[in-house]
Amino acid sequence: MENTLLGGGGGGGGISGGMSIVSREENNMAMSSDESSSYPDESELELGLGLSLGGGAKSKSKPTATAGPWGQYARILTAKDFLSVVSTKESSSSSSSSSSVTKANNNPSCGVKRTAEPSSPPGRSGASQVVGWPPIRTYRIQSLVNHAKSPMTEEITSAVDKWLLKASLFVKVNMDGIPIGRKVDLNAHSCYETLSQTLDNMFKLSVAVGARRSNAEEQVVMTRPSRLLNGSSEFMLTYEDKEGDWMLVGDVPWEMFLSSVKRLRIMRTAEANGLAPRSHERNRRQSIAPV
Amino acid sequence: MAYSFPEEVLEYVFAFLSSDKDRNAVSLVCKSWYEIERWCRRRIFIGNCYAVSPQIVIRRFPEVSAVKIKGKPHFADFNLVPEGWGAYLYPWISAMARSYPWLEEIKLKRMVVTDESLELISKSFKNFKVLVLSSCEGFTTDGLASIAANCRNLRELDLKESEVEDLSGHWLSHFPDNFTSLVSLNMSCLGSEVSFSALERLVSRCPNLKTLRLNRAVPIEKLPSLLRRAPQLVEFGTGAYSAEIRTDIFSNLVEAFSGCKHLKSLSGFWDVVPAYLPAMYNVCSRITSLNLSYATVQSPDLVELISQCPNLKCLWVLDYIEDAGLKALSSYCKDLQELRVFPSDPYGAEPNVSLTEQGLVTVSAGCPKLQSVLYFCRQMSNAALIAIARNRPNLIRFRLCIIEPQAPDYLTLEPLDTGFGAIVEHCKQLRRLSLSGLLTDRVFEYIGTHAKKLEMLSIAFAGDSDLGLHYVLSGCESLRKLEIRDCPFGDKALLANAAKLETMRSLWMSSCSVSYGACKLLGQKMPRLNVEVIDERGPPDSRPETCPVEKLYVYRTVAGPRVDKPDFVWTMDEDAALRLS
Repeated sequence: MENTLLGGGGGGGGISGGMSIVSREENNMAMSSDESSSYPDESELELGLGLSLGGGAKSKSKPTATAGPWGQYARILTAKDFLSVVSTKESSSSSSSSSSVTKANNNPSCGVKRTAEPSSPPGRSGASQVVGWPPIRTYRIQSLVNHAKSPMTEEITSAVDKWLLKASLFVKVNMDGIPIGRKVDLNAHSCYETLSQTLDNMFKLSVAVGARRSNAEEQVVMTRPSRLLNGSSEFMLTYEDKEGDWMLVGDVPWEMFLSSVKRLRIMRTAEANGLAPRSHERNRRQSIAPV
Repeated sequence: MAYSFPEEVLEYVFAFLSSDKDRNAVSLVCKSWYEIERWCRRRIFIGNCYAVSPQIVIRRFPEVSAVKIKGKPHFADFNLVPEGWGAYLYPWISAMARSYPWLEEIKLKRMVVTDESLELISKSFKNFKVLVLSSCEGFTTDGLASIAANCRNLRELDLKESEVEDLSGHWLSHFPDNFTSLVSLNMSCLGSEVSFSALERLVSRCPNLKTLRLNRAVPIEKLPSLLRRAPQLVEFGTGAYSAEIRTDIFSNLVEAFSGCKHLKSLSGFWDVVPAYLPAMYNVCSRITSLNLSYATVQSPDLVELISQCPNLKCLWVLDYIEDAGLKALSSYCKDLQELRVFPSDPYGAEPNVSLTEQGLVTVSAGCPKLQSVLYFCRQMSNAALIAIARNRPNLIRFRLCIIEPQAPDYLTLEPLDTGFGAIVEHCKQLRRLSLSGLLTDRVFEYIGTHAKKLEMLSIAFAGDSDLGLHYVLSGCESLRKLEIRDCPFGDKALLANAAKLETMRSLWMSSCSVSYGACKLLGQKMPRLNVEVIDERGPPDSRPETCPVEKLYVYRTVAGPRVDKPDFVWTMDEDAALRLS
């Protein structure tokens, strides 16, 4: 790539005078020993950086997005590499992760809900899987969804379902004892297990601030079934539905949960008395105050 | 100095300087001018709340009456900045409450505002007049109640697209009965219903009310009552604009609108029933701004309405307008300056409306004053972009979103490099540009070469290599904000152009290829930048140094690393580099 560039300005509109990139006196070349006006070539920058850009060995194998593809960063990625990185990358269970291009859920116990990736043949469905793309504010999306709901005909309900499937569905999550809440994209999950894993990771991180965990510990964290759902933890996962009631997460089918959840709360088990599963008296207002 | 003017004279002269740039220039002339200027600066703009601290601001400018502060980076609008990142208002309010008791105006964008902050505002500033919360979050309607109850001289309350926890509509009833100073109220982002009688009384007793933007919950039948009480309104936003078709509702609306001889701007229009649009026709000839971006009506109805608005300067609309509607727009509205077309079905795989690049080309040809464009569409061609560029060299803002990432020129299947190249080449005053579609490094070469006035650039799914980023950082002399997502840009261009970052407000890079090691190095070498690594996978030092970070946010600052970081943000600085390497 650099060779072609240095060889000439290329087609019309190229930077004049070869590679005169310096527009300021104290140039940005803090790293390179060469203060010349030419584009810094690879080897000098490597020296300046003092980093080995080759190899990219991963020291531990983890079933997360940090595995595999990052081993290729030893050279400058081209668009082709980028697309292949994207398509081979496993999904991260983190909700607003950087693996923004595909969210194919590879968890066998949940099945795969979505399939498409942007590297597929041009024209179709890539946009639907990416966080924050197309760049539209949430309130706009919500108002369009609400419109689709008003006259409830067949096609429109299915359009709404399509929306709920594809749009991001960020809801707030608060955990007792932690003042700062987070947000999680429910549409990045297709079942309770992965959602719960994500929340486990998200809030474990906030508990262990700055602590370095050993390899062994991390692996245990990844593979153990979520404690939030099976009642073994001191915390329980609850949600507020559209009617303002607080419910235990996990009682109703996933799709029904998606269409009624407003926000989540990780509540201390001790305080969770009286939380009724959905099947019981819906009229009874919960006395548990939202965070 | 023996020959300089007395302070009072200089102060008098400086009072005519309203632009920050001019005032900053004046401050640099000499120490005494710096001193005089800092004592008489009344309005402060802080483009990045972390670039400076409240203490530093207050120390330099002791007598301030208006503050404008921006917090989170722009991509927070699209959920790319994790919740809890920062931009808290409270430290600013608590410092200003002590030092600026006569503060009158607070305007915020993308900040986290709590009810506590709002209450403190309402109680600390006796002459408080203007509160604008644009895309803010973190507060509830209880906070609004404090403002309503305590700010006796309030003129403006604008909640512009903020995310408010809506506990009830009761907050509006907290305006005291003797409160009459309201000039502007925008509550369009709120969900719950306010007491209509309280609203009616409020509108009745505020004779200077010029702007009233209602929320969706106010039904159309109630609009005439409000309009009749405020015929002086200049800007009006309806609620849900629908009801069963009844002639009495219609005629009441017609009459009420007719009474408003000063209306220039209309918005709202949720759930529009097209039959009610003609009720507004009497005011359309004076309308200069129309926000129909929630109006889910078809093109013919839109065209009918627009054809009544020859003085239209600003139109926000959904893509239901279609190419045909845009053609009509270009023939009826010759004064048009700003056009925004939003997608009605952004996630559908197939187009649901007949809106293509042609609509934009037609408007660019027919509207000679067009300078600001935001356009969502599903297909684009280099030919169209070149035509737009040639038609409209006076463009200042051009934001194009082709919905499919990396979509090529649909006619030739080539990248859209030459099209965008034409835009930057012809539109020499271009200040803001958002790219989309299939783009190689070449487009960045064009941008670096030609876009000399460009201040803000947004890039997604584009480029081939670091060269692309290098062209932009080294060529765009006026660049202040650069935001990049999902591009194969890595360490080299960033490190080679590190000094450039001190001349910019900020740089955002997410899902790119910048390694942790490079971030550390950048932080170490550039002490006047905060290099923030945002990574929800855990501490970056638990991964190899060559591993790319999830998100990177770099901004210049005189306040040092911030102290309110959540656990998924790390600041790269000298200490960090030593501690973690």
